[in-house]
Amino acid sequence: MATFDLNDDSVVVIIGTGAGGGVLANELAQKGVKVVALEAGGRYLPADYVNDEWDSFAQLAWLDTRTTSGDWRVARDFSGLPAWIVKAVGGTTTHWAGASIRFQDHEWKALSTYGAVDGANLLDWPIDGAEMAPWYDKAEAKLGVTRTGDRPGLPGSNNYKVFEKGAKALGYKDVHTGRMAINSVEADGRMACHQTGFCFQGCKWGAKWSTAYTDIPAGEATGNLEVRDRSHVARILHNDAGKVTGVEYFDAQGNLQLQKARIVAVAGNSFESPRLLLNSASSLFPDGLANSSGMVGKNYMRHTTGSVYAIFDKPVRMWRGTTMAGIVQDEARHDPSRGFVGGYELETLSLGLPFMAAFLNPGGWGRGFTTALDHYENMAGLWIVGEDMPQLGNGVTLSDAKDQHGLPVANVHFDDHPNDIAMRNHAYKQGIAMYEAVGATRAFPTPPYPSTHNLGTNRMSERPEDGVVNKWGQSHDIANLFVSDGSQFTTGGAENPTLTIVALAIRQADHIAGEMSRGMI
Amino acid sequence: MKVERTGLTRRALLGRAVAAGAMAVTGAGFIAAPDAAWAMEVSVISPAQMVSLMQMARDIYPHDQVPDRFYAVAVKGYDAADKKALIEAGIAELDAAAKAQGHADYVSIGWEEDRVKVLQAVEKSVFFQTIRAGLVTGLYNQKDIWPIFGYEGESFSQGGYIDHGFDDIDWL
Ligand SMILES: Cc1cc2nc3c(=O)[nH]c(=O)nc-3n(C[C@H](O)[C@H](O)[C@H](O)COP(=O)(O)OP(=O)(O)OC[C@H]3O[C@@H](n4cnc5c(N)ncnc54)[C@H](O)[C@@H]3O)c2cc1C
Ligand code: SF4
Repeated sequence: MATFDLNDDSVVVIIGTGAGGGVLANELAQKGVKVVALEAGGRYLPADYVNDEWDSFAQLAWLDTRTTSGDWRVARDFSGLPAWIVKAVGGTTTHWAGASIRFQDHEWKALSTYGAVDGANLLDWPIDGAEMAPWYDKAEAKLGVTRTGDRPGLPGSNNYKVFEKGAKALGYKDVHTGRMAINSVEADGRMACHQTGFCFQGCKWGAKWSTAYTDIPAGEATGNLEVRDRSHVARILHNDAGKVTGVEYFDAQGNLQLQKARIVAVAGNSFESPRLLLNSASSLFPDGLANSSGMVGKNYMRHTTGSVYAIFDKPVRMWRGTTMAGIVQDEARHDPSRGFVGGYELETLSLGLPFMAAFLNPGGWGRGFTTALDHYENMAGLWIVGEDMPQLGNGVTLSDAKDQHGLPVANVHFDDHPNDIAMRNHAYKQGIAMYEAVGATRAFPTPPYPSTHNLGTNRMSERPEDGVVNKWGQSHDIANLFVSDGSQFTTGGAENPTLTIVALAIRQADHIAGEMSRGMI
Repeated sequence: MKVERTGLTRRALLGRAVAAGAMAVTGAGFIAAPDAAWAMEVSVISPAQMVSLMQMARDIYPHDQVPDRFYAVAVKGYDAADKKALIEAGIAELDAAAKAQGHADYVSIGWEEDRVKVLQAVEKSVFFQTIRAGLVTGLYNQKDIWPIFGYEGESFSQGGYIDHGFDDIDWL
């Protein structure tokens, strides 16, 4: 494992080691580029993961202060927890369920395809499906995505079987156990899925891909990557010429350190990345780094989500097996005759009893609530994930509140767009109809959880005035400053985002290494 | 002071006896059942206040198949010096709301529906919201309660559900 000097200004500093940062770190290290990855959280491996919802939450979740505003229910029910994401080496890839699907071609061009939508700040990505196809191939191979290449699908669990039967009864055709970054057979030195459940709590078998035990150790093995855990970056520094020169971070002991850098890549998830750029404001960049467009922190998207749980007269035992291996893709198309633009996916989902109590109907009480839980054993569940509209007013600003280091925290503001509401209601109706078709006696349209997909707050744009980064994730304003996580997303598509984050990171590594060797950055 | 069938104040005992009418259907009322496994020592708040809290816990998250002792565990943390003021004021507020609806106090109301109306009157208060939010983990995160709901929890120790029924549904 490499160690680099704080004064070594030839290194690439990557902030965050999740889907974007962890992959970028390994890909650069494999190409011989020296990397220091700074990660605010600690290091946990499969042996450390706890198969208990609240204990795991306490171990892995980002619990530093955040604040919320806006009309979303999360601001009322979970005001300090706008997102359910991870603070650990591996980032939210420890929590994620593994659903790995590509954007549809038209989703790269939302503005051209949907036309302008009132109140939405739609824009086309400066890249398209053809350009991304080879990078998706690489990403699918890296993650070992089932039903891509020659990798078989996962077997269907009880929850899936109910879901599939309901979907087919409604006439849905594109129904299967998902394209999952979960080994259906042993591969890459990782075991096959044992159907233990608790995919959200970290996979104790290592069957599910996570940078924590794939890309990070692979990068470290090259001797080109140093990961410093419990290192919270406070500020990105720059010189008078407007180039970034390094970062200040609080180390594990709480001491402020300065790591010099040739290039800085920000990958702290869609709340922390813009927060860091805003907290790095200087006299040269009074509105924050890379913010000449004013778009840092704007256009926050969280996918249009929601869940449907349904009760049957017989047991389902949905908690047994993979958390999310099941999908209906028929509604993912763009078909404005449904009353909204864009589309959505339906995916199987189960929560354990403790989380079901917290999330089924937050704030709910009395028999209407408890008789639902009484039949927990007979419950099946699905999750809605659809394209939501980027809006200028939704996003991350600096709050008056401070964190343990005295740094202003992120306030996350979100109002639903009418398109989001129309889509969610359509999806609730379809989800309920699916379960009723298999004999559900009662169904629950459950509101969105604290966000798991956080996108768009440093968006990619062709023109510098429309967004923060260019088609390589390179900031329009500062050539040696990159954004490498989900905050680059111009629009969200209907698909779970991580495969796209990973494909972009692999592509970005290629670009950065090329530009470095050409002496451009 | 001990809160158990013999340790209650007369007033609380009477109140409890009435309230237990609604709970008796569970077969778990600790007054009527001589073998009740439930007993709790309170040192900061009064036994009557603890009884009110327990009744409130059951009225907020009523599960007739769940014995009292789980509700007791869920609220016993309120018997603490830093919670005393909140609990005293909260129960006084609850009893005042009960009086306003024509009852002697909250705990002596016989029907759950009537107690729920009183709870609805105080639903917005910090007291109610604190108790309710605390119960979400205090009640449902007790591992011993999970089997009552059929939930099996972790399976890693037995090699996952792969050979333990992950796809055994037989009624579809
Ligand atoms: C329960 C759950 C289920 C999910 N399931 C799926 C799924 O099935 N499919 C899918 O595609 N996606 C899924 N996701 C979403 C997926 O996990 C995220 O999209 C993805 O991990 C985001 O990658 P990222 O690189 O943007 O950020 P992250 O993976 O969150 O990584 C950010 C990292 O940066 C660190 N960091 C932040 N600020 C700083 C700082 N100042 N200094 C140092 N380090 C910092 C954080 O601690 C964190 O480790 C799921 C998410 C959750 C929560
Ligand atoms: S169900 Fe499979 S992928 Fe999920 S945690 Fe268990 S072994 Fe890992």
